[in-house]
Amino acid sequence: MIETTTSRDTSVGIVEKKYFTFADAPDKLLLESGARLGPVTIAFETYGRLNAQQDNCILLTHAFSGDAHAAGYHASDSADDKPGWWDFLVGPGKGIDTDRYFVVCSNILGSCMGSTGPSSLNPETLTPYGLDFPMMTIGDMVVAQKALIDHLGISRLLAVIGGSVGGMQVLQWCVRFPEMVRAAVPVATTMRHSALAIAFNEIARQSIMADPNWKKGNYYGGPKPDMGLAVARMVGHVTYLSDQAMRRKFGRRLQDKANFSFGFDGDFQVESYLHHQGSKFVNRFDANSVLYITKASDYFDVVEQICTPGLIKGTEASKIKYLVVSYSSDWLYPTYQAKELVQSLKRCGQNVSFCEIEADCGHDAFLIPDQRFTRLIGGFLDGIS
Amino acid sequence: MVSPETAENIRFDLRIIASMIEPGSRVLDLGCGSGDLLAWLAATRNVIGTGIERDKQKAAHCISRGLSVLQGDLNEEVEDYPDCSFDYVILSQTLQQVFEPARLLCSLARIGRKVIVSFPNFSHYTIRLQLLYKGVAPKNDQLPYSWYDSPNIRVITLKDFRKFSRDVGYNILKEITIRTNPANSEGSVIRYFRDLRATYGIYIIEKIRK
Repeated sequence: MIETTTSRDTSVGIVEKKYFTFADAPDKLLLESGARLGPVTIAFETYGRLNAQQDNCILLTHAFSGDAHAAGYHASDSADDKPGWWDFLVGPGKGIDTDRYFVVCSNILGSCMGSTGPSSLNPETLTPYGLDFPMMTIGDMVVAQKALIDHLGISRLLAVIGGSVGGMQVLQWCVRFPEMVRAAVPVATTMRHSALAIAFNEIARQSIMADPNWKKGNYYGGPKPDMGLAVARMVGHVTYLSDQAMRRKFGRRLQDKANFSFGFDGDFQVESYLHHQGSKFVNRFDANSVLYITKASDYFDVVEQICTPGLIKGTEASKIKYLVVSYSSDWLYPTYQAKELVQSLKRCGQNVSFCEIEADCGHDAFLIPDQRFTRLIGGFLDGIS
Repeated sequence: MVSPETAENIRFDLRIIASMIEPGSRVLDLGCGSGDLLAWLAATRNVIGTGIERDKQKAAHCISRGLSVLQGDLNEEVEDYPDCSFDYVILSQTLQQVFEPARLLCSLARIGRKVIVSFPNFSHYTIRLQLLYKGVAPKNDQLPYSWYDSPNIRVITLKDFRKFSRDVGYNILKEITIRTNPANSEGSVIRYFRDLRATYGIYIIEKIRK
């Protein structure tokens, strides 16, 4: 069932990261918190072509530590660089077929992968924002995405598709700009964080803030809170896996040794895996961005808004068509939370499909090539008419 | 668009059900399987359809055909809909597997204006003869299972269902009894000696509202 290869032949090819800057002073972006932010830069990539009717645009919304690079390769990539994070799904002839759809993916506000975030320069001080960066929400991320979509001249999206924190953005699009969304695919996500999810995020944040190098977020130009960030990522990775996946991948196997070392260097493969994930993350991600984005996802809550009367009115054709997808072994956003979303949508007469995919890979499953998922998305997109 | 891949050779009993549904209706198909009926209704009768299917692979197949389908247990899924969400709720060949039929029918009559129920007829003459002459738990093309591997937890005859409907407060608006040929998805409507000759009963019922 599982495709293992993502060859360059079937890829969308060389893609380019682009930037869109808006909200220059004095017209700064008003955030949900009441604070103002500007200018705002959003990094984005596009694949495929916008058709003449401008009705074939699909917006992809990425997960917490993702970026705008959803598919293809950058010209600067070396031969062993991996393609974008959803390359198995996005490309010519794939589930999200770039021969037919114009696909946009942008880096979220508050991130550090090209869009404005706490590591960006504050125009007033000409130093990185750090904790002067205003607290932003999933709603603010979506408002920034909408500014980009407006800039691209698109008045209605064929679909918004995303997993995890990306799925939250999908739901936020549906409550904030329902008239701009024809179809929505929230994957492995929730209407709001459970105490469990908030708890893991808080451990991640405390770990960063406990690092002596963090210095209340003012570490740019000096040593970074790498240890705290690495531990935060290790916790994150545990929540992305599952008991079954960890048993299958690591069990109690030892790393490069036959016997215990009777020390704290790390004997088990699972320890070595977490260390590796931690140090990999430190090289590409900003600790303050983790604080802001995790907080935004903890604040996120659309339980009340998902069925506001404004969304129920209108003809069948103007309704959003939903496809909710969950994974059987996801314990960060378990299936029961996806079902709560489905329940809410049913209660207000929305057109909703739901499928739980049987997979042992935990929350991460939506990022792992799987033909069942590819077929599901491809067929669902075909059916929007 | 919905792909009507099997539109031509849709099963006879489903064709009969489809013929009962007014164009443009809102339809809920419980236990929709691979979505053949929903796809046919969408393609030929402009129906706004939703399906519920427990099997994950079948549900995924339906969705990738462009149908709106929820993967889940029909007994639970029907609870979430507001009253009269549908013009027709279809329970096709599933009643014999339902744990609490009276409760389920009550929910179906709440969320749908009309309910279409079909089930294999246990009083078919082949069944009667097997029990009478062979003394074994009967099997036929419609009820092909052995007692130990059957998903069916109850046996229903046409007479049983008519009585049950009355007892729990439903009007039978229409009854169509059919004989099907499972080999080629053909069949015919049975008008005489129905209790003996029909392999399936199809009923449109609605709640008697006082």
